[in-house]
Amino acid sequence: MARLIHPDRALSTNPLKVSAPLGAAMAYLGIEGAIPLFHGAQGCTAFAMVHMVRHFKEAIPLQTTAMNEVSAILGGGEQIEEAIENIRKRANPKFIGIASTALVETRGEDVAGELREMLRRRTDFADTSVVYAATPDFAGGLEDGWARAVEAIIDALAVPCTRRPGQVNLLPGSHMTSADVEEVAGLIRAFGLNPVILPDISLSLDGHLAEDWRGHSLGGTKLVDIATMGGSIATLAIGEAMRPAAEKLAALGVAAHVFPSLTGLKAVDAFVTTLMKLSGADVPATVRRDRARLSDAMLDAHFHIGGLKVAMGAEPDLGLALGSTLAAMGAELTVVTTTGSRAAERIPTAEVIVGDLGDLERAAEAGGCKLLLTHAHGRMMAERLHMPHVRAGFPIFDRLGAQDVCRTGYRGTRAFLYEIANAVLSHPHRPRPEDFGAARISPEFDHAPPPPSHH
Amino acid sequence: MSEALKQKIQTAFVEPGCATNVAKSESERKKGCAKQLTPGAAAGGCAFDGAMIALQPITDVAHLVHAPLACWGNGWDNRGSASSGSELYRKGFTTDLSELDIVMGNGEKKLFRAIREVIAQESPAAVFVYSTCVTALIGDDIGAVCKAAAERFGRPVIPVNVPGYVGSKNLGNKLGVDALVEHVVGTMEPATVTPLDVNIIGDFNLSGELWQVKPLLDRLGIRILGSISGDARYAQVAMMHRARVTMLVCSHAFMAIARKLEERHGIPWFEGSFYGISDTSAALRTMCRLLVERGAPADLLDRCDALIAEEEARTRAELAPLRPKVEGRRVLLYTGGHKTWSVVSALQELGVEVVGTSMRKATDGDRERVTDIMGTDAHMYENMAPKEMYKMLREARADVLMSGGRSQFVALKARVPWIDVNQEKHEPYAGYVGMVELVRAIDRAVNNPMWADLRSPAPWEMSACDATDEPFVLSAVPGSKADFEDC
Repeated sequence: MARLIHPDRALSTNPLKVSAPLGAAMAYLGIEGAIPLFHGAQGCTAFAMVHMVRHFKEAIPLQTTAMNEVSAILGGGEQIEEAIENIRKRANPKFIGIASTALVETRGEDVAGELREMLRRRTDFADTSVVYAATPDFAGGLEDGWARAVEAIIDALAVPCTRRPGQVNLLPGSHMTSADVEEVAGLIRAFGLNPVILPDISLSLDGHLAEDWRGHSLGGTKLVDIATMGGSIATLAIGEAMRPAAEKLAALGVAAHVFPSLTGLKAVDAFVTTLMKLSGADVPATVRRDRARLSDAMLDAHFHIGGLKVAMGAEPDLGLALGSTLAAMGAELTVVTTTGSRAAERIPTAEVIVGDLGDLERAAEAGGCKLLLTHAHGRMMAERLHMPHVRAGFPIFDRLGAQDVCRTGYRGTRAFLYEIANAVLSHPHRPRPEDFGAARISPEFDHAPPPPSHH
Repeated sequence: MSEALKQKIQTAFVEPGCATNVAKSESERKKGCAKQLTPGAAAGGCAFDGAMIALQPITDVAHLVHAPLACWGNGWDNRGSASSGSELYRKGFTTDLSELDIVMGNGEKKLFRAIREVIAQESPAAVFVYSTCVTALIGDDIGAVCKAAAERFGRPVIPVNVPGYVGSKNLGNKLGVDALVEHVVGTMEPATVTPLDVNIIGDFNLSGELWQVKPLLDRLGIRILGSISGDARYAQVAMMHRARVTMLVCSHAFMAIARKLEERHGIPWFEGSFYGISDTSAALRTMCRLLVERGAPADLLDRCDALIAEEEARTRAELAPLRPKVEGRRVLLYTGGHKTWSVVSALQELGVEVVGTSMRKATDGDRERVTDIMGTDAHMYENMAPKEMYKMLREARADVLMSGGRSQFVALKARVPWIDVNQEKHEPYAGYVGMVELVRAIDRAVNNPMWADLRSPAPWEMSACDATDEPFVLSAVPGSKADFEDC
């Protein structure tokens, strides 16, 4: 168990954390025909939208209830109603996911109550599913907002249902990319099982070109499928943050299996074991081969990862997935995370700082770290400390294809190990005499002045 | 093969400085030092390769290979000799002979043009021109071309006549160094000489190993005047004849140049190694003793003893905390020459068991050393077939293999840790600090938690009662002792 360190300081420098409503919005975008709606002032939405646009390189249909001075004082119920009306007129979504922001939560607004009352009154909204999750900016981060949104969806839309043989629920965590979700879904299907994925960003935020223009999400979990989740034979939740959602489905009679991570040999082994039991099927040859290839990749990569000092800044579930994989390869971690969750405590290192990139920069320098693993905002720190920077998490705005990076399953783990080892190799250490305290060879022997030292 | 080259090879096989060689019969000696190659069972480099190993680390020289593409196109940029100065030696220069060049006999002309271009492009301290199988076969006279080019361009252009087919890597070492004796040594004079000037021959400064030792020499005021070939400048080869003592770093192949320096310039030489604690100390002592015999201030010996005492104490203190991490581990050494014994004693001191050491390329002297150190010759073996080695490692009769890159995958595929101790390695292990690094490398290799995961059965190999769908357990906390022997 890692000891969680909460730095005693008032100033946060270079935030690592991303807000909870943004996480909720991202989860909502994994529903088919969806528009996420922030209940708050319009700036909240603008920043979140720009963030997601920069990361996914997609138009993000994020909307706002645009709280103004009056509604901030008197209450924003009417703003929600008006927003839904306008959104329906313009984009005709099947699903509107509302995420509250700090403003309305600070007011203490009973959004859920008002929403219930309003939907009862507005029968004309009946063909749009409206879901509300409380995601104040001041509690938790992206991971928590995402999880709260999934819980809210299950609360609102999953109902008791007759048993559907071979159907399993997959609840991917916010730390998974579109490619990660696709990889896991493929693994489940390879055992002859049929996953209902909630949310499914592999269909909506995977970076594909659609045939028409849509004002809502480009794909994702179908609402009719969500309604059947209560009939699945099991729920497979990926990430500690998804445990409460899995428990909500367990209340409908679906056995919950929570996997802290699907990165790393042992982690995937545990998942495959479960799939074997659930399906009773033979392990497909492709899966066996992928495991053998990962084993070999571990051998090749351990020369570069063994003993490597890695500075990692990530939300708890991502930190646990990647951190445990690297530690299992002999890396030593210096870790900063965003919230003190159960996953954060299980990151394999002595201490985990619940802090920001400023904390990470100080700790990385003090610890002599040689590689940085964090989202794009770490790039300036990497420059200052002359470290290779492997990007992971959200946002990644200075690279293309963030949604395509797969670090999940046997194959994704293999790719991740290569990615880390290659980052190390791309910053070769060229020894110099002074590294060992040796004096320079007498310049009288030199034919030409030596080139400048490149460390 | 030209008469001259034949002659040269025959002389290379006579080495009065080498006890092994002297003890041989006339006919045995003619066969050379290396074992004759067996078609169908031969592996390893050729004479050209050997010459390149010996000379290419000379840093400010343009190494130009007169050959079709394969010789250097496939060979350059594969070794880690570090330079503190020029980076020129890391560029790959070749005449890249085409079919037309060969058929039309354009080889010499192309070589001359290539020399002109490389001088214009890089302004090297010198150009070393290597002949190879094809260019020797078609009769290109690189000696004549080099001579003409040197006169024309006013720059040393040194022919290195080493077609691959003449023999092994070992022979190539000799021929390469021979070219230096013939064309370079003694051609320049140092600005100043001191009684503490030495030559170091046969250290390649792999990953900076020479610099792990150099601070010791710096502290004693000893200057490396002449060098072949780690971090060496051309001038240092040219000035070798003014040093007071030559240290030959564990290479019988380079003995000829040390002997010739003694014969022609009266410079005494000794063989020594910077691998392992006791060898490093012995090398320093011998060097200082010989320097004092040649007129260096007598207090050098006391200063040397004080330095050794201090360094050895510090090294042992640094090794102590590593001992529990490596103690009881069983190492299989698969390397050649001096490395068969030079690190053994230091490892044994740390409680590491050396379960075997190969005697490839080892001399009788090496054998004796091994027997001395290990108390028995039971652990010596000759070549080991990969299949046999795989079996041995798979049966876990050793915990770690220390070898060169070629047997790397025998170990890894047997799921056994491997440490590179050959010329391609990326970690420096010389001198006192290098010993600590080597033990750290062993710790890092054998205690990597990855092995436990790797050796665990796949989910489909587990019996139903073993299999658990409990989410995985985080056993891999850094610093914890991974116990892969439990698997």
